[in-house]
Amino acid sequence: MNIHEYQAKRLLAERGLPVPPGEVCDTADQARAVAERLLAEGAQQLAVKAQIHAGGRGKGTFVDGYKGGVRLVRTAEEAEACARAMLGNVLVTRQTGPAGRKVRKVLVAVAPEIRRELYAAVLLDRARGCPVVMASTEGGVDIEEVAARAPEKILTEPVDAVLGWQAYQGRKLAVALGLRGPLLGPAAQFFQGLYRTWWECEASLVEVNPLCVVAGPGGADALLVVDVKMSLEDNALFRHPDLAALRDPNEESPLEVEASKYHLNYIKLDGNIACLVNGAGLAMATMDIVKHYGGEPANFLDVGGSASVEQVTAAFRIIMQDPNVKAILVNIFGGIMDCDVIAQGIVAAVRETGLRLPLVVRLEGNNVVAGKRTLAASGLSVISADSMADAAEKVVAAARAAEASGAAPAGVLRGS
Amino acid sequence: MAILVQPDTKVLIQGITGSFGARHARLSIEYGTQVVGGVTPGKGGQVFQHNGQEVPIFDTVAEAVRATGATASTIFVPAPFAADAILEAADAGIEVVVCITEGIPVADMLRVKRALAGRRTRLIGPNCPGIVTPGEGLDSRGGCRMGIAPGYIHKKGHVGVVSRSGTLTYEAVWQLTRRGVGQSTCVGIGGDPVPGMSHLDVIKLFVEDPDTHAIILIGEIGGSAEEEAAAWIKQHCRKPVAAFIAGATAPPGRRMGHAGAIISGGKGTAAAKIEALRDAGVAVAPTPAEIADTLLRLL
Repeated sequence: MNIHEYQAKRLLAERGLPVPPGEVCDTADQARAVAERLLAEGAQQLAVKAQIHAGGRGKGTFVDGYKGGVRLVRTAEEAEACARAMLGNVLVTRQTGPAGRKVRKVLVAVAPEIRRELYAAVLLDRARGCPVVMASTEGGVDIEEVAARAPEKILTEPVDAVLGWQAYQGRKLAVALGLRGPLLGPAAQFFQGLYRTWWECEASLVEVNPLCVVAGPGGADALLVVDVKMSLEDNALFRHPDLAALRDPNEESPLEVEASKYHLNYIKLDGNIACLVNGAGLAMATMDIVKHYGGEPANFLDVGGSASVEQVTAAFRIIMQDPNVKAILVNIFGGIMDCDVIAQGIVAAVRETGLRLPLVVRLEGNNVVAGKRTLAASGLSVISADSMADAAEKVVAAARAAEASGAAPAGVLRGS
Repeated sequence: MAILVQPDTKVLIQGITGSFGARHARLSIEYGTQVVGGVTPGKGGQVFQHNGQEVPIFDTVAEAVRATGATASTIFVPAPFAADAILEAADAGIEVVVCITEGIPVADMLRVKRALAGRRTRLIGPNCPGIVTPGEGLDSRGGCRMGIAPGYIHKKGHVGVVSRSGTLTYEAVWQLTRRGVGQSTCVGIGGDPVPGMSHLDVIKLFVEDPDTHAIILIGEIGGSAEEEAAAWIKQHCRKPVAAFIAGATAPPGRRMGHAGAIISGGKGTAAAKIEALRDAGVAVAPTPAEIADTLLRLL
């Protein structure tokens, strides 16, 4: 689960990390008031930052042509004008896709003069099977870019999950980043706090980019968390109700929210062939084979290794809400489950939802003969397939035919 | 011989009185697996009955091991308590622990992984279908089935199967069986980001096992376990290996059902895994429908 920058900064600040003073705002008037206060407190410059779950905001463009989801301002009037331009507007960045994301909140925060931009993150090192803290002198750019261009500039410090982070590890990274003298102590503390945030919140990623050396009080160097991206581990949210409450459903696809209510794993994609599959690996493989035969999957949908009739019905309802869908492929390997029960579920779901799209069903496994008989006897014209390859070929053909005819057919297509 | 578990391996089931655990305990008993005990704290002294067999239930794994001589345990314990169940099994000296539970937090598994380091206990899973060593009977009965895989799709033979997925593994195993090709052992290592045994750990056992003549490796996007296996295979494996990698069409940054199936920071793509496997001389199936045929062409 991703959270907003302002939420992540709050979690870091609660653990003593240096984040810029600021406040999240829902209205332009509020942004002006916050800006007035921060300027009165001595801030020279402020940042107005659109709060959406996507990177590349600074270089993004709003759909009405307004440039930049992050703007630097020096007066309360400017802050208000920026907030007014952003709030309710839709921001398109390299991570949002062409549809962009609607901005509902802006963060107004102090933006001191930046002297150096660094990078720091905590994440799981899957190869080593332990947490790892990453740091780099190359802040303010995508770390993937740095990894490709200058991998030697990325420092990694593995962490023993049982011992936890050790102070010396922080000093080691600080020195490697050139943070010596009066910055050494604060830098070591920063890494300690960063790891503590990752561990205590059970995050999957905490990424501070950039971590900045800024002009602090009296002009001395100071460390500051200028931007942060944080995602929390879904499997651990059950023991963090306070963090679970940070979920912003506005940032999620409505169909994905609906699917999660039925414990379905649904991810919307851009194609026109809907897939309904049991098991994550088989669901991915089904998308792959649809593509192999020239089709484009409309979604990933895993109804679970042992799907129930209710889940299958809910899955059909969700798939049918996607207007791009021209054909549906059901691929179920009924290992323990009885294929006949699944077939009855499909028939019930088709009747209940009034499905009018071509439907290809491939059943395999336990009691498959009875399952196929149930489908054949249902009076529905389900296109039956014998193998995954056969199913993929048939559904690609059905989707092409439906696209060619221009409109959804009046009834379920007659098939083999 | 097969790997990890044999038809006579004595198996415990932790969480045998829950509906999921009980259902699969019954299926394992029907398959002919030596289910010698169950563990449910607070229900010690009760008996689990099925098909005329009586399986004693214990409060702790340690008691169950003492009373039955079990060396393997299958865990069907809810996620918040599953890490504790794994550690309890390891503490009791269980050699093969299969954890079916989905949704265990990463932090719990990081601690478990550290606790198991250097011990003889081997963990399969979590979030996995388990392990099957097929038997000689009808529909491969008489084998050892730990977990949730359907027993009848198997056939005793000489192909070792290792996979991160459940139903996709059944698909591959069923393709083999329908072509008359049996399996030595099928191991589902699970779809989590911090697993117990890796592809490589299992492949090393298959390479050492004289009864395994060929190997199928099924992987998916996320992590680098397939690449690590490929590097080792290139150097050390002389047995034919076929593979399939799921998720070539998965969008980056999205978790595809399994907690570990995610392309992050450009790492863990299907393309990179396929390239590493091909470079190691592994035959990679172009579609999931051709996994068995891809292996059979090598034999």
